[in-house]
Amino acid sequence: MASEQLEEYLESILDIEEKHGIARTSAIAKCVKVAPASVTEALQALSDKGFVKYEPYKGATLTERGREMARKVKRRHRLLEVFLTDVLHITRDNVHDEACKMEHTLSDETECALCKLLNAPARCPHGSLIEACDRKVESCSACLDEGQAPPAPAREEPLLPVTSLAPGQKGTIAFIRGDTSVVQRLTDLGLTLKTEIQLVRKAPLLGPVEIAVRRTKLAIDHAIADHIFVTPCGEKSR
Amino acid sequence: MSGCKNCSGCDILHPPVDTKTEYVVALAGNANVGKSATFNQLTGVDQDIGNWPGKTVERAEALLQHRGRRIRVIDLPGIYSITALSTEEQVSREFIAHDRPDVVVNVLDASALERNLFFTLQLTELESPLVIALNQADLAAKKGIVLDAGKLSDLLGVPVIPTVAIQGKGIAELSDAIVSATSSRPRPKIIRYGKEVEDRIARIQALLPEGSGGYPPRWTAIKLLEGDPDTVWEVRQHSLDVAAAALESGRELEKIHGEPAATVMSAERYHAAEELAASVMEIRPPGDNEVSLTEKVDRIALHPVLGYLLLAATIGGLLVWTFVIGAWISGVLTEFLSGIAPVEPLITGTLPEIIFNGAWTGFVAALTLIVPYVIPFYLVLALIEDSGFLTRFSLMLDKGMHRMGLHGKAIIPLVLGFGCTVPACLSCRIIEAPKQKLIAAFLVTLIPCSARTIVILGVVAVFVNIWWALALYLLVFVLIVVLGRLAFRLLPGESVGMIMEMPDYHVPHLQGVLGQTWQRTRSLIGIVLPAYIIGSIVITGAYAAGLLEPINAALYPVTVILLGLPAVTGVVFIFGIIRKEMTILALAAILGTTVFSDVLTPIQIIVFGLVTLLYAPCISTILALAKDFGWKAALSITALETSLAIALGTLVFHLIGPFL
Repeated sequence: MASEQLEEYLESILDIEEKHGIARTSAIAKCVKVAPASVTEALQALSDKGFVKYEPYKGATLTERGREMARKVKRRHRLLEVFLTDVLHITRDNVHDEACKMEHTLSDETECALCKLLNAPARCPHGSLIEACDRKVESCSACLDEGQAPPAPAREEPLLPVTSLAPGQKGTIAFIRGDTSVVQRLTDLGLTLKTEIQLVRKAPLLGPVEIAVRRTKLAIDHAIADHIFVTPCGEKSR
Repeated sequence: MSGCKNCSGCDILHPPVDTKTEYVVALAGNANVGKSATFNQLTGVDQDIGNWPGKTVERAEALLQHRGRRIRVIDLPGIYSITALSTEEQVSREFIAHDRPDVVVNVLDASALERNLFFTLQLTELESPLVIALNQADLAAKKGIVLDAGKLSDLLGVPVIPTVAIQGKGIAELSDAIVSATSSRPRPKIIRYGKEVEDRIARIQALLPEGSGGYPPRWTAIKLLEGDPDTVWEVRQHSLDVAAAALESGRELEKIHGEPAATVMSAERYHAAEELAASVMEIRPPGDNEVSLTEKVDRIALHPVLGYLLLAATIGGLLVWTFVIGAWISGVLTEFLSGIAPVEPLITGTLPEIIFNGAWTGFVAALTLIVPYVIPFYLVLALIEDSGFLTRFSLMLDKGMHRMGLHGKAIIPLVLGFGCTVPACLSCRIIEAPKQKLIAAFLVTLIPCSARTIVILGVVAVFVNIWWALALYLLVFVLIVVLGRLAFRLLPGESVGMIMEMPDYHVPHLQGVLGQTWQRTRSLIGIVLPAYIIGSIVITGAYAAGLLEPINAALYPVTVILLGLPAVTGVVFIFGIIRKEMTILALAAILGTTVFSDVLTPIQIIVFGLVTLLYAPCISTILALAKDFGWKAALSITALETSLAIALGTLVFHLIGPFL
């Protein structure tokens, strides 16, 4: 399977999984616009390569490796959308398809350069969250200040926004994106780098999330919490 | 004067001569740690307490007289950090850093020691004479956290007193510690941070001239390093070189950590706080997997379905309960009072007769129409405040509030608005962004306060039926949403998201709840009873003298033609601007009865209720709005709500009237 096709599959599965928990063959077929039979074949191939866990008749879920790959492509896709809209002023209707084609050929170096050029955007033109990069940086401003320097080395651990943790799951704060006053406020409330925090619960309909930190609980707006990136701890307590 | 034969004059017999007659002590600490409860216990006054962060938005003061010392105690709004800057936090920052009280009593929540010590460390930087009250030690113990107060005292170099303020435990010891601290001025030890930071602090400190600005040099150095605008500006006045060197050090720090220097400093303080906390804290894990009360209640209160049901039931229940209990007490009182003398305010007769009738009408109206509804209402409101449910409502409604450009915290002033609009407007200060603060205050003025609730329950529900009363409420809630959305669209400025602490639930403290209810009822009676008696005499007198006719005539086009009400209501609405309850009184005094259904048709009662709900906020509210937002905003809100009331009243009268 061509790497381009593979990445498209992983991206679609990530989208569907986020909505429905498991990606059914029929749903994937609709999303990548091919016949269900070819999907089954492709899933088998992805499963052999260790990107998905495929159960016939049920559907597919991403493995850790597959998820990481899918997130990386998603991030590139959304960065490209911002670039196409804000810099090249391409019509909003076309940016998705354009980005879909470009995303597979982007190198790490170009991705970092693009992120710097666009001032580390947080959201794509359609409002979806752009994932954090996988570089070893402490904050976006640190990276932006470096100017032309080559990208920092990659992190070993995957990064997740705290909103993507499961209720009860813990993570260690890796970095917080956002403007200085919000970061300062969060820091003053005890959300400093490398602090362990736990997602207590998420309010329905993308409402605020409740986070336990230093024996206190905070309710944080969903959009702000999206910018708190953590390296998840393995076990889920409770 | 016995003993101490060989004494050459020790401190006990010859205390240091102290010319000061009054000392100032400030209570400071994080939000919702029990500062107000401590304040009440120390001074014996009744400052409102409640279980949500941000309850005290203005400083309160009272006198503590202990061991011959007169001490002015000041209760400050909660503050998490001296760098943080919402309006209420600024009050605290200014007072501690600028006014420099004789002693700062830092109240700590023992169960969240790290976060609380983070603020303590900032106080040590300021080198404020410090006494620490380690509060809620009982709750911490329940969570399996055992603290060594003696060790904390050694580490920080200041007295540490364990307290349970709500029960008055440790207060005597705290009072003693405060009194001796006014003489001994215990300076906290300096807690050192990491080397990278300390090197730079030392470098800046060396450059500073002696005694600049009256602040400790170390504090000034840290503030310069953080790039605090006020401090930088201050230092620039004397020496541009020092300011430039300090900013350079700050920039180095930013380079190393990739974060603003202020954030680096916060992280350093947290690191030091962690170490302090770890060395005085012993954690005994509570029984296996025992689910805490808070967690159990939250499973319902924050449940996607049950949570909203609970919320609706609470607000609905508050109104129905107030009506049911209020109507019952009112009935008993009316029966009793009508046995003494009938209410028939005469506007003819001799002067003493008019005065007596006016006074008696006012007295009866206050006792039968106001007091019965206020007591059950305040009781439930106090329960809601004391338990910690308010913050849960904030969380559940946050997303909905976004549609009005607000966030969940705005729920707190809105719910308080059911009590009295004035403190509710002031509590909008817990909201950070100016635009959001203004929208919240505007919507708060629309929430039916207890005075308006009394008018609706005591007039519409009693003389038409409760369904119409509830329908009017529903209409107001719809209006709040619609107007909120409009204000969000039309006003300039940006909206920011919510960050709020979620306190544990408390089982409401019976004494506290009853005390708060009584306190509020008493202050209301203190105002309403005399106001009613005097107001009633004035109205009946003025009416008898024919002075009210010109006002009624001037308002005739609005009251009679548009709203379909009797002409006398013109005066009623004017009086209502003083206090909304006055509308009932004025109506009773002028119509000559407290049984309104005898003289008004149902549609007239409904329109009267609707207009009273919406038209101009009362004088006190207008003043509170003007104070926080300026006269332009206050008068615009007044004008807007008055026109809205007239427009809707007219619509209801002409559209629904024919069907009733």
